[in-house]
Amino acid sequence: MTKARTNASASPAVGRNMVINGAMNVAQRNTSVADLGASSGYLGPIDRFRIGAGTTAGRLTASQTSDGPNGISANCLKFDCTTADTSIAAGEKLLIEQRFEGQNLQRIGKGVAGAKQVTVSFYVKANASFTFACELYDHDNSRQISKLFSVTSNWSRVELTFPADVDDGSSPFGDDNALSLSLFIALHAGSNFTSGTLNSSSWANATSANRHVGIDSFYSSTDNNFFITGVQMEVGPVATEFEQEDITTTLEKCKRYYRRIGNTGDASVFQMLFSGFMGTANRAYGSLMLSPSMRTQPTMGTTGTATHYAIMNENSNTACSAVPALDGQTSEQTVFIIQDTGSDLTVGQGVQVRGNSNVTAHIAFDAEL
Amino acid sequence: MDNSMTITNAQYLLSQGTGENGSIKCIANGEHVSVPMNPANRHYAEILRQVEAGTLTIAAAD
Repeated sequence: MTKARTNASASPAVGRNMVINGAMNVAQRNTSVADLGASSGYLGPIDRFRIGAGTTAGRLTASQTSDGPNGISANCLKFDCTTADTSIAAGEKLLIEQRFEGQNLQRIGKGVAGAKQVTVSFYVKANASFTFACELYDHDNSRQISKLFSVTSNWSRVELTFPADVDDGSSPFGDDNALSLSLFIALHAGSNFTSGTLNSSSWANATSANRHVGIDSFYSSTDNNFFITGVQMEVGPVATEFEQEDITTTLEKCKRYYRRIGNTGDASVFQMLFSGFMGTANRAYGSLMLSPSMRTQPTMGTTGTATHYAIMNENSNTACSAVPALDGQTSEQTVFIIQDTGSDLTVGQGVQVRGNSNVTAHIAFDAEL
Repeated sequence: MDNSMTITNAQYLLSQGTGENGSIKCIANGEHVSVPMNPANRHYAEILRQVEAGTLTIAAAD
């Protein structure tokens, strides 16, 4: 009889996974994005997962796909190569990244006496066999370590244990809301990242040439695709069973970094965005409570088109003359929004700002790392 | 850390409460956004970096 593996590490039974949305279930921005690869950083389609690219001719479509391994997650992040790039310039790269606040990593005890091992695990498959790299990068102290892993055409679980980093006792993660660590999956890299010797046995001060040595290229053919889900990072030397989490908990965690209001895709209802009052004849003031609180004061995003927004005043709909804008009196708990109208309304009257019969109308708040 | 983004059309917005510059509206990677003036915000940090590098100018508020 095979005995089931237990949570024998130092990780707690619940909450041991430091990765947020590792099951790829939350995708607030969109579920598919085409032609990625030209700009350096894109957040989405999966919440909390950043796609990093650097000066490549290769292009890909990234999507949330319902093709996850049975019993782990129904969803996964899929990359589909749409433009190949076989002439790899020195600075090229393609990375999947999750960023971590230092205050969420204190259980690792990194960089001081008593530091602990970290085990990263995830499920992957591709159209063929590849070798790629998983890297932990300490931004506070510019230290890193990478390990290679294999991918086949069937779902398989990768389990990688990284050694403790005691260093000289002076390189802990900051205990704050700033970026301390990145978990990278490297799928393509130029010689700036591959011309040295892979740093795989112990943490070291970062040398770019040693980061992704020995990996294949996702951009080698338009036949290529890559799937990943069930991403977990935990303290200790053992990859425990992927920690399942209800959607409410995952969504709340994601909202610390990003949330979108409106754009539900239902054309039969107005996209209600926020309520407020007319502060002047042509400017409404509104506010929203942010629950849970965000990591820091957020950026507010819009569709960029004034005609997507309208003000409901009494029983009439008044077109807006600009997109909503964020007032400076904003915190990680509340936002103060201003909305200009196209025609004068009565000062002091209550209003609702909403989508102007347009399902694309939304406001979004971004406090990503 | 790679937070580079394309930022254009940056302009200060006056805060209703203080009457002073309170946020910055701009287009970041094609999205129309307004950004609080807090260095912990990744958009503002990138705006500061590009202003320091001389590649971005922020227009005065209307």
